[in-house]
Amino acid sequence: MAKRVILLIGTKKGTFIAESGEARQDWSLKGPFCDAWPINHVIGDATTGTIYAAGGNEWFGPSVWKSHDLGETWTRSGNGFNYAEGEEPVKSAWSLAKSHGRLHVGVEPAGLFVSGDDGENFEHVESLRAHPSRETWVPGAGGLILHSIVPHPDDPNELWVAISTAGVFHTADGGKTFDARNKGTRAGFMPEGMQYPETGQCVHCIVMAAGRPDRLYQQNHTGMYRCDDGGEQWVSIEEGLPSEFGFPAAAHPHDADTVYFIPLNGAIEGRYVPDGKAAVWRSRDAGSTWSALRNGLPQENAFFGVLRQAMATDNLERAGIYFGTNTGTLYGSRDEGDTWGMVAQHLPVIHSVETMVIDA
Amino acid sequence: MMRETSDTVCEVVLPDALLRLYPEAERRLAVAAADVGSLIDELDQRWPGMGACLRDSRPSVRKHISIMIDGERSALETKIAPGATVFVLTAVSGG
Repeated sequence: MAKRVILLIGTKKGTFIAESGEARQDWSLKGPFCDAWPINHVIGDATTGTIYAAGGNEWFGPSVWKSHDLGETWTRSGNGFNYAEGEEPVKSAWSLAKSHGRLHVGVEPAGLFVSGDDGENFEHVESLRAHPSRETWVPGAGGLILHSIVPHPDDPNELWVAISTAGVFHTADGGKTFDARNKGTRAGFMPEGMQYPETGQCVHCIVMAAGRPDRLYQQNHTGMYRCDDGGEQWVSIEEGLPSEFGFPAAAHPHDADTVYFIPLNGAIEGRYVPDGKAAVWRSRDAGSTWSALRNGLPQENAFFGVLRQAMATDNLERAGIYFGTNTGTLYGSRDEGDTWGMVAQHLPVIHSVETMVIDA
Repeated sequence: MMRETSDTVCEVVLPDALLRLYPEAERRLAVAAADVGSLIDELDQRWPGMGACLRDSRPSVRKHISIMIDGERSALETKIAPGATVFVLTAVSGG
C-alpha cells in the first residue's frame, strides 16, 4: 500500500505539518496549529494517526495538544501538571513518548508525567524528582528541561530519560525508582578531576538504535557517546567529528550501526554549523568513523544551529532524514543523507522534528 | 460552592486568549465568589481545565495572568466585594 510521509514540526509559534508521498520529493505544508503557542515537541502515533504536541505559553502554562485528524482539529489538556504546593510550578511541556498504551511527558522544570488516558489527564512520576541528586540539578541554556524520553520497545517497565543539566536516568520498574546512567560521559565544564560525576552532565539528546534496545547514542554538551548496555557505561565516539558540541542525534530506523549527528562549532563559539557550512555527519559503524553529508546543504554563510529535538528519520526502506534549523528552515534527505533538499523555509524557530508514516 | 445571591455575585470579564481555548465560555458572566481563589474554582467547575490556566500549583495566580479588581492586581486570597467587576487579563508577554 502507498504511504503518506508526515513531518511533525514543533516551533516557537505553533505546530506545522508537512506531507509528501513515498517519493518524498514534493511537500505540502500547513499550520500554524495549537493557537501558535510555543510547541517544543510533536509526535505521531502511526497506529492510530493521532498527533500529540507538547508546549506551554507564558499565560496559561503547560499543555499537551492532540489531533485525531492530522491537524484539522485539536483539543488541549493541562490537567495534572502539578508539582507539590510551594515548589516552582511546571512551566512548559517539553518532550513526548507514546508506548505501551501510555503517553509520557517531560517538562520544565525537569520532571516526568504520564497519562494513561491518551493525554486527557497527567500524573506526576514522583520518583524521578525524588532522586538524591535532585538538589544539584541546574538549568542549561534552554532551562532545566527533561527533553528526551526513550521507552524500551518491549518492556513497558523500562524507560530512559535525559535532563539538561542533570544527566541520563533509567527505570526498570515502571517508574518506581530511577538510577543515574552517566558513567563515561564528561562534564567538561567542571574542574579537572571532577569531570566524571555520577550526575550533573549536560546531556542534549539520547536516541535508541534500531532493533537493539541496549544501544543508545548520546549528544552531550561535551562529547558524543554510545553505550551497548543500556547506559551502564558510555564510550566516546566523537573522534573524527569537527567538534564535541551539538544538540540532536538520530538513529537509523533499520540499522543499529548507523547514526547521525549535527556538530556545531562549539558551546561558546556561537553554536552554528562549523565555518558557516552545513553538514550532517553519519557513521555506518556505530561511531568508529564518520563522513560529512553536505550535498544540497548550504556551504557558505550558513550560521544556523539545530536544536536538541530537531532531527528525525522516517521508517521507509531507504530512510529519510530531516532536520529543522533555529532559523526556520527544514531540510530533508530521501536517501539516508546522501543528498538534501529544502522542505520548508521561513518558519519560526524550529524546536523539534518527528515523522509519522501512515497508509495512504 | 457558594450560595448565589445578589450579595455574593460579581461580574467577571474573561480575556480573548482564554475564550479561544474555551469557545463555549461567556466573555462576561456572573459568578458567586467571595475571593479570587473560589472564583477560579467556580470557573473550573463550569469549564474544566480553566482553573489550571489561571492558577499554578504553588498555588498562585499564574505569573503572566492579571486578575484586576477595582484597578488593583489581586492574589488568590483577595476578597471580592459583592457587585465588583473582576477583569481577567493576559499580561504583556511573549516574543
